[in-house]
Amino acid sequence: MKLYEYMAKEIFRRNGIPVPMGAVFTGVDGVAAFQEKTGSVAIKSQVLSGGRGKAGGIKFATEPQDAISKVQELLASKIKGCQVETVLIEEKVTIERELYLAITVDGSKRQIVLLASVAGGMDIEQVPEEQVIKRFIDITIGLQPYATREITRQMGLKGREAKQTEEVMLKLYQVFRKYDAELVEINPLVVTPSQVLAADGKMTVDDEAAYRFLPEVPYVEEKTAVEKKADDLGISYVELDGEVGVMANGAGITMATLDLLQHFGSSARNFMDAGGGSSEKATAAALEILLSTNPKALLINIFGGITRCDDVARAFVQVKKALDLKLPVVIRLVGTNEDLGTAILREQGIESFKSVEEAVTKVISLLKGGGTDVHNS
Amino acid sequence: MSIILNQTTRIIVQGITGTQGQFHTGQMIAFGSKIVGGVSPGKGGQEVHGVPVYDTVEEAMLKQQVDASVIFVPAKLVKDCALEALEAGIKTLVIVTEHVPLHDTLEIMAYAEKQKAEIVGPNTYGLISPGQCKIGIMPNNIFMPGEVGVVARSGTLSYEIVYQLTGAGVGQSSVVGLGGDRVVGMSFIQVLEKFEADPATKAVVLVGEIGGNAEEKAADYIKGMTKPVVAFLAGKSAPPGKRMGHAGAIIERGKGTFKSKVEALTAAGVSVANLPWEVGPLVKQALAQGSEKVYG
Repeated sequence: MKLYEYMAKEIFRRNGIPVPMGAVFTGVDGVAAFQEKTGSVAIKSQVLSGGRGKAGGIKFATEPQDAISKVQELLASKIKGCQVETVLIEEKVTIERELYLAITVDGSKRQIVLLASVAGGMDIEQVPEEQVIKRFIDITIGLQPYATREITRQMGLKGREAKQTEEVMLKLYQVFRKYDAELVEINPLVVTPSQVLAADGKMTVDDEAAYRFLPEVPYVEEKTAVEKKADDLGISYVELDGEVGVMANGAGITMATLDLLQHFGSSARNFMDAGGGSSEKATAAALEILLSTNPKALLINIFGGITRCDDVARAFVQVKKALDLKLPVVIRLVGTNEDLGTAILREQGIESFKSVEEAVTKVISLLKGGGTDVHNS
Repeated sequence: MSIILNQTTRIIVQGITGTQGQFHTGQMIAFGSKIVGGVSPGKGGQEVHGVPVYDTVEEAMLKQQVDASVIFVPAKLVKDCALEALEAGIKTLVIVTEHVPLHDTLEIMAYAEKQKAEIVGPNTYGLISPGQCKIGIMPNNIFMPGEVGVVARSGTLSYEIVYQLTGAGVGQSSVVGLGGDRVVGMSFIQVLEKFEADPATKAVVLVGEIGGNAEEKAADYIKGMTKPVVAFLAGKSAPPGKRMGHAGAIIERGKGTFKSKVEALTAAGVSVANLPWEVGPLVKQALAQGSEKVYG
């Protein structure tokens, strides 16, 4: 789960990482008073996508009326397709230099990695590799002060800016561990005449650790209503914009099913991994979610390992009866209890396939052929 | 021969009294695996499918000779159980459980390295040497003993590929599921090294998917292999920025794309199948050409 900048900064502040003085607004109430008290301010749209500055999502104001109109302007705008609903207004800080700092996980090394650069304030992907210092951290000892001294030495920092940057690194690592983060990033980490502070903040926390999140971690909804409903059922679901509703079990086979639809000239309405070991009831709920997105046809591709084909077959028969399905449906059943599943479907006049190739080409021919119902064919 | 497992591998099951633990212990025994004990705190002295249950891993290891352990406990408990197994001296650990927090996995991996142990998973169906032994949750009936090694990130997709292989009359020496998480223990390269060294394996099938750079790194290693490699990759049609089920299956900042993986593998001399049912014929073709890999 990605946190908004103002949320990340609130967590930074709580944990002793200096951030600019600021306040969050969802309308213009209090904007004028805050600007008058603060002086020159930056008004920053709160969106989850990167490249916000270039997209016009950050504005500056020195007068109350100007601050109000810029807040109104931002709240009426979209940044990369996302409606701006919140702005963060912050004091404008005096910048001596801009640094970059991030902590994340390197999957291939199976280790935590700290990234630091003196080329802050720009997209880190654009910074030449030799200007980015990479320091792997052994989780069993954590980030120790000596390692931060070596990092600032490599960055060429001296005196108080080195010392203050080292302190931020140590605190950022504590935040990374304490909040089960996948990524914490400060870009830029700004050196001012008196301190170094996090002028921006990005934080992504690990959803699998949600059960142990500290109470100060807010909830951010990134999913659509349908995705959320699927999530509550423990189903992994992603909305797409094609024509065929797809249900399969397992992420890999679901992706491969989507690829096959594309290969044969169609497209998927969704990615739905109904998971291993889904019961009859859960399968029925998953099918109802699929149908709620109005696909032109359904393709069910089950390779039963933990999932039992007879459960899927019974669930399908139940949903078909309850909802009086009219759209073309093709079912492929292989694996645990496949004979039982196939027999249950056959009793209801529903044909199923063993071959994924036949199933995919069948659903496409039904679509192109105007949608004859496979159940009665 | 085979890799990691064979008919003599002695296995314990952590979480043996749970629903999944019980069911899959039965399935593993039915397949021929030597399950010598189970661990379930507070349940010591019971039996599951005739297998003795112990309270701790250390107790199990005092009373049995153990080569490997498989973990079936809920995600929240995995870290504790994995560290317990590693400290007790288990050198091959399979973590089937999914949804393990990332930081827990990192701690497990760091300790495994210190203990010089190998971990398969988390979020894996396990590994199997058909005709000999299996550790995990894969269906028993789709495998066939043979000379092709299979290594995959995804569970059901490996079943699909193995089903296609078996259907084409191509048997398997060992099949290993690495697991779908962003951080997992054993990598493609570690498994490829074992297949390269295994006299019973004549060719390898690599089943990958979008996200990360594991396939690209594997391609670098494959350049130096003598055995032919065939690959199948999932996620060609996946949109960027969306997590496709697996935590690791996401195209981020233009990285981890289908195209980049196909290009890297093709450049390494791997035959990349476009469709799942092309894997069997491609493997047969590779085997027919002999063990000398043909470049270009």
